[in-house]
Amino acid sequence: MTRIYKHRLFWPVVALLALLLACTIKRPDILGISVLDGHLFGAPIDILRNSSPLLLVSLGMTLVIATRGIDLSVGAIVAISGAVALTFIASSSNPGSVGTAIGAIVVALGLCVILGAFNGLLVANFGIQPIVATLILMTAGRGVAMLITNGQITTVNSAPFSKLASGFVLGLPVAALIAYGVFAVVALVVRRTALGMLLEAVGINPEASRLAGVKSKTLVFTVYVLCGLLSGLAGLIFAANTMAADANNAGLFIELDAILAVVIGGTSLAGGKFNLAGTMIGVLIITTLTLAVTVLGISPLVTSLFKAIVVIAVTLMMSTRLRAMFGSLRDRRRYQEVGA
Amino acid sequence: MSILSETRKSAPKLSLDRRYLPVLGTVVVFVLMLVIGGARYENFLSPAVLSNLFINNAHLIVLAAGMTFVILTGGIDLSVGAVLALSSVITATMLNAGIPLSLVLPIAILSGSIIGLGMGVMIQYFEVQPFVATLAGMFLARGLCFIFAPESVPIRNEGFVALSSWGVSSGRWRLTAAVVIALLVVAASWWVLHRTRFGRTVYAVGGGEQSATLMGLRVARTKVMVYVISGTCASLGGILFAMFSRSGYALTGVGMELDAIAAVVIGGTLLIGGMGFILGSVVGVMVLGLIQTIITFEGTLSSWWTKIVIGVLLLVFVVLQRILTLRRN
Repeated sequence: MTRIYKHRLFWPVVALLALLLACTIKRPDILGISVLDGHLFGAPIDILRNSSPLLLVSLGMTLVIATRGIDLSVGAIVAISGAVALTFIASSSNPGSVGTAIGAIVVALGLCVILGAFNGLLVANFGIQPIVATLILMTAGRGVAMLITNGQITTVNSAPFSKLASGFVLGLPVAALIAYGVFAVVALVVRRTALGMLLEAVGINPEASRLAGVKSKTLVFTVYVLCGLLSGLAGLIFAANTMAADANNAGLFIELDAILAVVIGGTSLAGGKFNLAGTMIGVLIITTLTLAVTVLGISPLVTSLFKAIVVIAVTLMMSTRLRAMFGSLRDRRRYQEVGA
Repeated sequence: MSILSETRKSAPKLSLDRRYLPVLGTVVVFVLMLVIGGARYENFLSPAVLSNLFINNAHLIVLAAGMTFVILTGGIDLSVGAVLALSSVITATMLNAGIPLSLVLPIAILSGSIIGLGMGVMIQYFEVQPFVATLAGMFLARGLCFIFAPESVPIRNEGFVALSSWGVSSGRWRLTAAVVIALLVVAASWWVLHRTRFGRTVYAVGGGEQSATLMGLRVARTKVMVYVISGTCASLGGILFAMFSRSGYALTGVGMELDAIAAVVIGGTLLIGGMGFILGSVVGVMVLGLIQTIITFEGTLSSWWTKIVIGVLLLVFVVLQRILTLRRN
């Protein structure tokens, strides 16, 4: 029992279950899944689909935070990506074709890679603190997105592109398949190769890992590029969902939600050890929170108050727990020293 | 910059302390913008425009002053925009409920101090990272705003209206009560940072927390206090904003924390802490305000250019600062 209690994902999982329980008490059938036209429907499927953009952004954010960094520009990149894709489709001669949709995706993601590289260059090569370096793009990015859409909310019709958000494959929403698929691939690559360990090494001590032969600059640079790319993908799903490029509101505050998800998931902002499964739980908590607010009949206006309470509760529980863990670690070490 | 460094080599005693270089850069940019604006547009350098620069940004000056304390210790405060909104909403709803002004203002200011205290305690005693703790503070304050008033509340209290329309004019120069309060806050912050033990501890904590602890300084108390100061400044900023707009609205100040942080960074304060000046932050706010003014004068430029220009300026300053700190090492 104490081992379960001491697991670092104990409190986040408790929070998620508590939220789901609260919803079930209010509406007992909420967690049911039904099949309609060969597609799966129900609140759990909605949670999966709605969590897709945040999951993609949080995935990139986790890796960035592991290297002792932070990326504030993800929301702006989400906006730019959507703006570019939809403007591309709107200006093409054949908006409804598959080719146009693919072209829009490629152009948008290409630009996001460049934006990520800009962040990476500032952080890895110029050695500017990540929070300031990405603040630049965070401030300027929405302006750039407005520039691309000319200050308008561009709406387009493109059936193949909107499939990104509303389509179903094998009964499951495409958005969720993309997000959780990418998540699984990245998690596998990071955890089944030495890459994850190298990232943690850079986060724990950049200088020592450089001396040990880790190419920390390249790693840090790559992580920001990846974060840009994943945010771009999230932006495409956002844009496909509404089919309207809203430079002001697309991905607004998603950087804060993503950082929260990462922190709730037990990854420290101080860098080093990261926990991808934790991030996923964090994302699910935040998405379920939004659902819970509507199900429990809480006014959407006080959602942020509700969020604050959950965040404060989870971080405080984790911090006292962390202290206890450090305490027992120290005792053990002292014991070993005495034994030696 | 090269001229400066050469004078330093030839006459070290006359040279500027390197700590002043980033602030000096900000002042140079500010003056350049004034000169360019003055050359390009008629009436740009008029007293009315320059007075308005202060009047429109009084609340931001106060926010930036509080933020400077936090950033000097190496922390960050994301809650200031939301706390500003909370205090403006509290002021508006309580005044409309007929509660006297002399009671409302202290309560509104105290709301920010309490949120700041809560965040400081979370950061210092529960070891929650400043980013996360103040993010929670931001959500909390924003949520409380909607509990008080989901819609914009106009302020009709006579005393408050009289206070907000009070002003001194000399020719076309104008000072409102809000500007006077903002300047007083800046003066007080300067005094606290440079003339008190607490101020020196703030710099010491930012320079190296461990060394400060080993020196026997009251690190824990100082770290909690800077968030209390920042929260108090934010709620005072909310009152100033309520004086400016004569209303309280739950959605004011969205993203204003970023403006405050940008002003502090442009003002030459390093985000790692330990180095920077309160007056730099004031000039930083003025630079941001001037960008807005220039874009308004230009007329043909859309408002989103403001964001882009601020981003570019941030980039230039950050890279310059980086070069400076590299050479120092």
